[in-house]
Parts: sequence; C-alpha cells; structure tokens
Amino acid sequence: MDMQVAKKKLSLKEKYKLMTRDLGWDTTYHTKDEVFPYVKYEGIKIHDWDKWEDPFRLTMDSYWKYQGEKERKFYAIIDAHAQNNGHLNITDASYLSALKIFLQAISPGEYAAGKGFARMGREFPGVGTQVACQMQSIDEIRHAQTQIHALSNYNKFYNGFHAFADARDRMWYCTLPRSFFDDALSAGPFEFMIAIGFSFEYVLTNLLFVPFMSGAAYNGDMATVTFGFSAQSDEARHMTLGLECIKFMLEQDPDNLPIVQGWIDKWFWRGFRLLGVVGTMMDYMLPKRVMSWKEAWGIYGVENGGALFRDLARYGIRPPKGWDDADKAIDHMSHQFMLALYQYNFGTAFHSWIPSEDDMAWLSKKYPDTFDKYYRPRWNHLTKLKEAGTPFANMGLAKLCQTCQIPTVFTEPDDPTSICQRETEYKGEKYHFCSDGCQHIFENEPEKYIQAWLPMQQLFQAPISGDLGAWMNWVSLIPGKDNGDYDGSEDQRNFEAWRKQATSNQ
Amino acid sequence: MSTVFIALQANEDTRPIIDAIVQDNPAAIVNREPAMVKIDAPGSMIIRRETIEEHIGRTYDLQELQINLITLSGHVDEDEDQFTLRWNS
Repeated sequence: MDMQVAKKKLSLKEKYKLMTRDLGWDTTYHTKDEVFPYVKYEGIKIHDWDKWEDPFRLTMDSYWKYQGEKERKFYAIIDAHAQNNGHLNITDASYLSALKIFLQAISPGEYAAGKGFARMGREFPGVGTQVACQMQSIDEIRHAQTQIHALSNYNKFYNGFHAFADARDRMWYCTLPRSFFDDALSAGPFEFMIAIGFSFEYVLTNLLFVPFMSGAAYNGDMATVTFGFSAQSDEARHMTLGLECIKFMLEQDPDNLPIVQGWIDKWFWRGFRLLGVVGTMMDYMLPKRVMSWKEAWGIYGVENGGALFRDLARYGIRPPKGWDDADKAIDHMSHQFMLALYQYNFGTAFHSWIPSEDDMAWLSKKYPDTFDKYYRPRWNHLTKLKEAGTPFANMGLAKLCQTCQIPTVFTEPDDPTSICQRETEYKGEKYHFCSDGCQHIFENEPEKYIQAWLPMQQLFQAPISGDLGAWMNWVSLIPGKDNGDYDGSEDQRNFEAWRKQATSNQ
Repeated sequence: MSTVFIALQANEDTRPIIDAIVQDNPAAIVNREPAMVKIDAPGSMIIRRETIEEHIGRTYDLQELQINLITLSGHVDEDEDQFTLRWNS
C-alpha cells in the first residue's frame, strides 16, 4: 500500500481524546441510573469511567480509512477467486466440509456478536467503551457479510452451502454456537464482555482464525484465508478491548474479583466446548495440514493463555476452573468429535469420512499417546463394516448436554475408555451434562438453562413428531446430496470431473 | 518469562516491517507459516516507526499495521513513534 501520511496536527493521544472522550455528555433530564439501567445489577462496581484506556487509540476516521483498505484487498482476492475458477484450486473437495461447518455454525455467531456489541455500546456509560464497542459491532457484521459473500462462490458449485441460515436456527449442531451467544446476549453488559471480548476473543479465537486459516492457505483456498485474516486483524483490537475490560474491572474495585473469576471459569469452559469442533476441522478436514489441534493448543492455549493468566495473577485471578480438564481433553477431542460426525453423517449438512491410511499415519505421529491405542482400532472397525456393505450409522438419538448442547460423546478426563456423564436434579426433573464444567455452569444458574431449546427433544414434538424425513425437510437438508460419506458423494464426483476438464480441452 | 507475539500476513507490505521488528528486537524469533509470519519475543516487543520508515523508504503511520495484522499477544501501548507489546510478569 502506498498511503499518503499527512503531517499530524494533533498527537495520537490528543486526537483520541478529542474524538472519543469529548463526544460524551452528562445527562440532565434523567439520572445516569435511568439512562444506563443494566450497568449495576451484576454487582460490578465502577468508580471512574475515565480510567478506561483504549491502547490502540483508534478513532472513527482512522477506523474507516484502514477498514476501507482491508475491504479493497479482500475484494481483489474474491474477484480473482471468482474469475479464476478458485474453487478448483483447493487440494480436495473434502476440505469444503470444514467451510460448511464454518458457514453454518460460526458466521451466524459473528452476526450475533455484532448485535451484542451494538447493545453493549449503548449500555456502558463510559464513552471510551461506547466507541470501542461500536467499532467492534461494525466489525462483527462485516465478518458475517464477508464470510457469507466469500463462501457464496462455493455455493455455486457444491452442495451443503445453500441453507446456512436455516441451519443456524434448526440444525442440531448449530444450537451449540447459538446457545453460546444467546447465553452471552441474555447476560448483563460486563458478563457479555468477559464471554465474548475476553474468553472467546482473547483465549480462543486465535485457534480458529490463525492456524486454521494458515491451513486454508496451504489448501489453496485464498478466499477463506483472506476473510479469515481480515477478520482476525479486527480480533487483535477486540482482544485488546476484552483484556482492557477485565483489567478495568479488577482495578476499579477489589469486590469485582470473585464475580470476574466466576465468569472466567464459566466462559472459558463454554468457549472450549464450542471451539472443540475446530480441532476436528484441523486434524481431519484439512487435506494438507499445517499443525495438529494439539500443537495449536500448545501455542495459543497453553503458551498464550498461560502468559495471560500469569499476568492477571497480580489481581488475584487464577487460571479458569476447567483449565486442567481442557488440557487432558486435547489428546482425545478431535478424534471423538470426528467419530461422532461420521456416525451421525445422515443428519449433517456436510460430508464426513473414514480417514485414509496416510491420514491415520499423520494422526498417529501427532497423537503418539492416544491415536493408535484408542482411535485407530475404531476407524479400522468402521472400515470393515463399510467394506462389507454395512456402513455404521448411529440411528439412536444422542443425549445432549443441557449446558453446551453437544451430544455426550466425550470421555472422563482421566479415563478415555468411559463416557463422561453427569446429572443434576432440579425441581423434580433430571438434567444431563457432558462434563463437570457444564454441570457447574448449570448449577450456578439453573433457571437460565432449564429453558434451553434442545434439538433432540424438539424432534419428537409436533409438527415433526419423530419423522426424520420431515426434519430433513425442515432444516433444508437434501438427503443423499448434502450429507453422508464423502466417498461417492456428488461433491467428490463433480470436483474430480471439473478438475479433469480444467486441464484438458475435451 | 512469558512470550509476546505478533503475527502478520506474509506479503510485500510486511517484509520491511518484519525486518524492522527483527532489527529492534534481537531476541525475537521469526516463524514462517503458510500465508503468515509469527514473531515471538520474550517479555516484550517494540515496533518503532523510524525503523520501519528506514526499511520501507517512505513515511509510515504505525496504525497502518492494522491492515496486515493477524493477531498479537500482550498488553498494547501505542503512540506515534512506537507500538509496544508487553507482559507484566
């Protein structure tokens, strides 16, 4: 870029003050408490909103300038992708399953975050916070739009992309992210900031947008890399906002510490469960892989998250409650997720498959303590069933965790041979959980989670009444096209045929 | 000591920026991955406008980093002349 840099009349700090703090005003007709009704009920005590710092000191005029430049770069790549048969430059069409999951489950989450930050920008009394939330709200809407737009190029050629908006509301695995964001949006403003700004953005989005996107580049998908990195560069500001909010709360009043710690415990575990599927995308769905989920967790979870919690220790913050359980789960979760997706692949709007011998050799190298011992034998068994013409489909209805809504497919932290299952009785009803973390979250706020809309239970209610075909119709899933084994699918056949056409004149 | 890092897109814009970061932070380690460059440094990292300008051959506004920034770690402090990442412990 060759950007003209005008001589500054004001310093960055002066300009920031003028274009944020000086935009605020004191209310006269109504009290502050009437204008900002939600800011006290969570119990967080703030004495001086002017102590809020935005270290990036980005003002709206610079924001538009740099975001405009990013959009120009993004659309240049999208145009090149559309004009240059970009959909044939990917390593293999099986890779598209990862993008379908992204579009169905994650892009709508960006939109939900946009709504959340628009609300929080209104509810926080401090003007620095309001401006930062406003920018983040616009960012999140931009992320949803650019992702949908970039992936629409694949929708022209491949199955499973056409009904992501229906999937967002109706598909069972999309209730995972939806319930995560609904939980955050129905909380107070400070809890929302910890949920999204801190746990999700700071501790977890690096795992989604950095190694996975670098992997997209390795697989020839420049459209996805570009929206991923363009989104992630906003995330750098969002992380700073989340971290700033946490420091601000802790510095304003020591009474805030136990409340903040409780939210960190809750939202780390909710985010860890939600992002687990990214491990499956990285370990199984990228034909060409940059690093394993375990390696990515080592860099962005243990090293980066660890640095953060060491830093916050001076305020009395300790690592989140589920931190050790998360570490134990890393060797297992991507395999357990992929095995579940394979067994239920008649009920997904993407393909799954049995990993090839090559893939299994890679997995065994990356997971030396667990893959050969626990997971290769299961894939070998599934291969035998498939070769015998009786591929395994799990027609049973998965039991869902009442909190995270994932089928209870994960094992005990210290025993990978037994499924982890917890239950709590509340007002005469039994509720089931996938982990101690999810059980604790429920028990702290049972009235919130007993209202959960659970897709498996919903399937048996009118108007679907347990009819699988009617359910597929309702979620806009075309059986035999959008779902099932990748091996033999229309996506696989088309990709191979079009690739051949691209290199011949016949 | 905790590590701070910055990750930038691997492109023509960032080549001189990466050279400048390495020059100003001798302990920095550069990791080149597909489409991105991640630079780690123990404890803190300083990115100076003047050093970037020497490498890039024109005036530079540090906020231009936003365009090619992927992610970072550590507390941020920014003014006209330098952009700092730091952990307190």
